[in-house]
Amino acid sequence: MNAVSTHLDRRFRDAAAGEGLLDAAYDLVDSPVGQLLVAASKRGLCRISYDAEPERELERLARDFGVRVLRSPKPIDPARRELDEYFEGKRRSFDLDVDVTLLADFNRRVLRELARVPYGEIVTYGELAARAARPRAARAVGMVMNRNPLPIVLPCHRVVGANGKLTGYAGGLDRKEQLLRLEGAIL
Amino acid sequence: MTLPPFERFYEQHREEIFGFLVRRLGRDRAEDAFQETFLRALRAYPKLRHGEHLRAWAYTIASRIAIDEHRRPRADADLPELESLDGRPAFAQLEHLADQLPPTERAAVVLRYGYDLDYADIGAALGSNATAARQAASAGIRRLRQKELG
Repeated sequence: MNAVSTHLDRRFRDAAAGEGLLDAAYDLVDSPVGQLLVAASKRGLCRISYDAEPERELERLARDFGVRVLRSPKPIDPARRELDEYFEGKRRSFDLDVDVTLLADFNRRVLRELARVPYGEIVTYGELAARAARPRAARAVGMVMNRNPLPIVLPCHRVVGANGKLTGYAGGLDRKEQLLRLEGAIL
Repeated sequence: MTLPPFERFYEQHREEIFGFLVRRLGRDRAEDAFQETFLRALRAYPKLRHGEHLRAWAYTIASRIAIDEHRRPRADADLPELESLDGRPAFAQLEHLADQLPPTERAAVVLRYGYDLDYADIGAALGSNATAARQAASAGIRRLRQKELG
């Protein structure tokens, strides 16, 4: 048999990451809210995608971080472990480096405030805008949530409309509801 | 053609490159050579300016590594070293000479006479077949001869 064995394939993928040759490593992670495509750059976690179409996602990663994009499980293991713990209800906050260097200042500022919203709590778009020192920018905050590159870890599911309605979620409202229920924020 | 993400390049070429290395080196040594081929490709990848001829590029790297492997004495066998007779390896001289040939002819000449690949492998590397590879190699050689005479 002259086929590349799983072992050999894995060995190469590990070595590529181990030698620091990747602009972005990614892997698929199973979760109760569906399969996630999770990617990490040299700086940290850089993408979590729901319903990823690999072709498009890899192109995007290559454009944003560089062409050396390779599926490689090892660099994703810490995120996989923390996500597993989160979904088992054993983890309430994430302890992972994140790479948001590509985002605009405003988006970074909003996401920094978002990261401080505790497990199981809810804020409105307007409140989050106020915390990011832009009290009138609720709509812009909605856009930042919509384009959040790291859903779940940066908990945009905890942000709701002024009337308490869930409003929207890039991964679909069902998932938003599922995450909030897991955290005990809604019944 | 833009350079695809490395994952695509790797998926598309890993099987045939491994098959090629197994034919040249045997299965055991092919595994190390395989890893080295794609690590080397990964290091050089961002410097490529476009996504053309990636297959031939992968074969070129694999061929070089196969030649290096051949030269390396094996711990488990006592084989004579057939290829290290004089200083500069054939492929290095040829690559220089063939520099001005059109890309397909250049690749065919270098892979055939520099790396000693058979026409089936060259055809695979160029995305054509053995017959087309043979034609490209002889066209390249004719062109080189003309240059030498003129």
